[in-house]
Amino acid sequence: MPSLTRALLGACALGVFSTGMLSAAAVAETITIATVNNGDMIRMQGLTEDFTAKHPGIALEWVTLEENVLRQRVTTDIATKGGQYDVMTIGTYEVPIWGRQGWLVSLNDLPDSYDIDDILPAIRGGLTVDGHLYAAPFYGESSMVMYRTDLMQAAGLEMPEAPTWDFIAQAARAMTDKDNEVYGICLRGKAGWGENMAFLTATANSFGARWFDMDWRPQFDSEAWATTLTFYLDLMADAGPPGASSNGFNENLALFQTGKCGMWIDATVAASFVTNPAESTVADKVGFALAPDNGLGKRGNWLWAWSLAIPAGTQKEAAAKAFIAWATSKEYLDLVAESEGWANVPPGTRTSLYENPNYAQVPFARITLDSINSADPTSPTVDPVPYVGVQFVAIPEFQGLATAVGQQFSAALAGTIPAEQALATAQTLAEREMRRAGYTR
Amino acid sequence: MARAVSVRRKAVVTLVAWTVGLAIFFPILWTILTSFKTEAQAIASPPLFFGFDWTLENYATVQERSDYFRHFWNSVVISFGSTLLGLLIAIPAAWSMAFVPGRRTKDVLMWMLSTKMLPPVGVLIPIYLIFRDTGLLDTRLGLVIVLTLINLPIIIWMLFTYFKEIPGEILEAARMDGADLRSEILYVLTPMAVPGIASTLLLNVILAWNEAFWTLNLTAAQAAPLTAFIASYSSPEGLFYAKLSAASTLAIAPILVLGWFSQKQLVRGLTFGAVK
Repeated sequence: MPSLTRALLGACALGVFSTGMLSAAAVAETITIATVNNGDMIRMQGLTEDFTAKHPGIALEWVTLEENVLRQRVTTDIATKGGQYDVMTIGTYEVPIWGRQGWLVSLNDLPDSYDIDDILPAIRGGLTVDGHLYAAPFYGESSMVMYRTDLMQAAGLEMPEAPTWDFIAQAARAMTDKDNEVYGICLRGKAGWGENMAFLTATANSFGARWFDMDWRPQFDSEAWATTLTFYLDLMADAGPPGASSNGFNENLALFQTGKCGMWIDATVAASFVTNPAESTVADKVGFALAPDNGLGKRGNWLWAWSLAIPAGTQKEAAAKAFIAWATSKEYLDLVAESEGWANVPPGTRTSLYENPNYAQVPFARITLDSINSADPTSPTVDPVPYVGVQFVAIPEFQGLATAVGQQFSAALAGTIPAEQALATAQTLAEREMRRAGYTR
Repeated sequence: MARAVSVRRKAVVTLVAWTVGLAIFFPILWTILTSFKTEAQAIASPPLFFGFDWTLENYATVQERSDYFRHFWNSVVISFGSTLLGLLIAIPAAWSMAFVPGRRTKDVLMWMLSTKMLPPVGVLIPIYLIFRDTGLLDTRLGLVIVLTLINLPIIIWMLFTYFKEIPGEILEAARMDGADLRSEILYVLTPMAVPGIASTLLLNVILAWNEAFWTLNLTAAQAAPLTAFIASYSSPEGLFYAKLSAASTLAIAPILVLGWFSQKQLVRGLTFGAVK
């Protein structure tokens, strides 16, 4: 038998025998935390010594996953009561659905020192179901306009604090210099319920469009949706970067940081990236404004909060609550400020943070707060709707449906189908899904 | 004249082979190059090939943030463990199908292959529930079992193909000399099929090493292999390409080295019986 084969078989044998050799060296109570790979989350992992020093009986085990993998993984686990995680990082989309299903532990009994009333009302509202807070916000975000002050000035325009879509379109076209690879506006085009559909749903709200009427009938055949999509496609054709149908948050971030975008409308959390001189070539030339509106009373900004929740059925509820109370506390914000500076404090969760004079010095602090406060997940649209959620509809069917619709809109942006066809297909898809799910007949 | 044609033909074939080889290798090369860039350089447009300041910063970050060796060891245990278990089951199964075929052998072989046509997500929930109830969630043993079952059809099919090439008369002669079934498989068949077994083993190790559906869905903190290690470096908000490339390079390095040193064996086994 050749030596290579012998070696490989030996390695196999070692593998089989090692499967039983699991370490049983658990001394403290270990809680497993599932989270995403965001800067704020990674920072938290680096600061957990503070928690373990205060709670020597609790050890922390981290499972960091890509957002979509995490969502699939924790959904499977919580739906089957698998018990793999004691703390889960979930968003404002999952909380109302899972809370209603009884899958999450209520956090109403967090200690008084936690000061639950300090949580920003808009964020708290998005994480509360029937009076129960089912997740504690770790960081909150809305969306806003980030723009190049130098290009705006060169175009002879001045960005208002609360611009209209007409102004944004005018400025984008004026700032565009395709010969020098400068594009007036960068917007999401990559298909996905959390990618282009987050942006387009929030934008549609400001154009008077909505996903469903009060009887859950899909509304993609409405004039408002046609106006929204046409406006978006025309603007991107005139002033957007090439290949925009593949661009999500990270792609647009890269374009903006390398000086190729005049404006970028996206998550408020991006402000800390684009103003960081270590990463951004335009760090000292960035201004901020509220997301645009159309004078209909709703702005095109969304509301999201990455939050920590406890799955019902965990055996380590007390330890999990202690961890959440620490990670989302006012003291944690101070801890981050002390070690990493105020600009790196997780934003958008607590009123007291925005009353802090030190945090007020951060250039994007006030605009972030104003953006969050101007989003109302319980009344997201001009006309009434039967659902909760600004850039999403908090029903289980939304993920799949919105991704399918997003593929149509992305194809329209790529120019492979006309806008009318994209809207017609979206309407058909939505009607079929709502009928199948029993919302309509 | 004939010599000139031959030289020209050789040159063309060599050029085509190198072009195809480089095209296949390019994504790996690009990943390795990106792992030595800063995040800003990783997204530079036009892309930077070699003219950048090489840095080990991403590897340092990956080392600092993740326990690479735990993930690596889990990958080794899971891929080699499932391969050995698979071979232990597949060798007798392939023997029986190759040398003692029944009326339904072909149907059984086709049925086994058909299990590979089922989308894994279709059986995720039942498997998850079984694992939950048997305490196999987030254990290496659980993953060894599930990967063995998943790759078993391929192992059996490959071994069946190799065994079919071995003349039945040799086994008959062994039987005439008094060899029992165990001795026949162990001392006659297996040594003759070593190239086939080795290539099956290598291929299965690679398949198990790269498997990213079950290894991500059935693990959490304890049994997570290198696939989960890579997945932890993708970020929805924030640049991550350089760090992800460093993590990917670390994850594929062991299997790349193994593949490099065993390529002769692998090619020999995969082409075994292809030309008669």
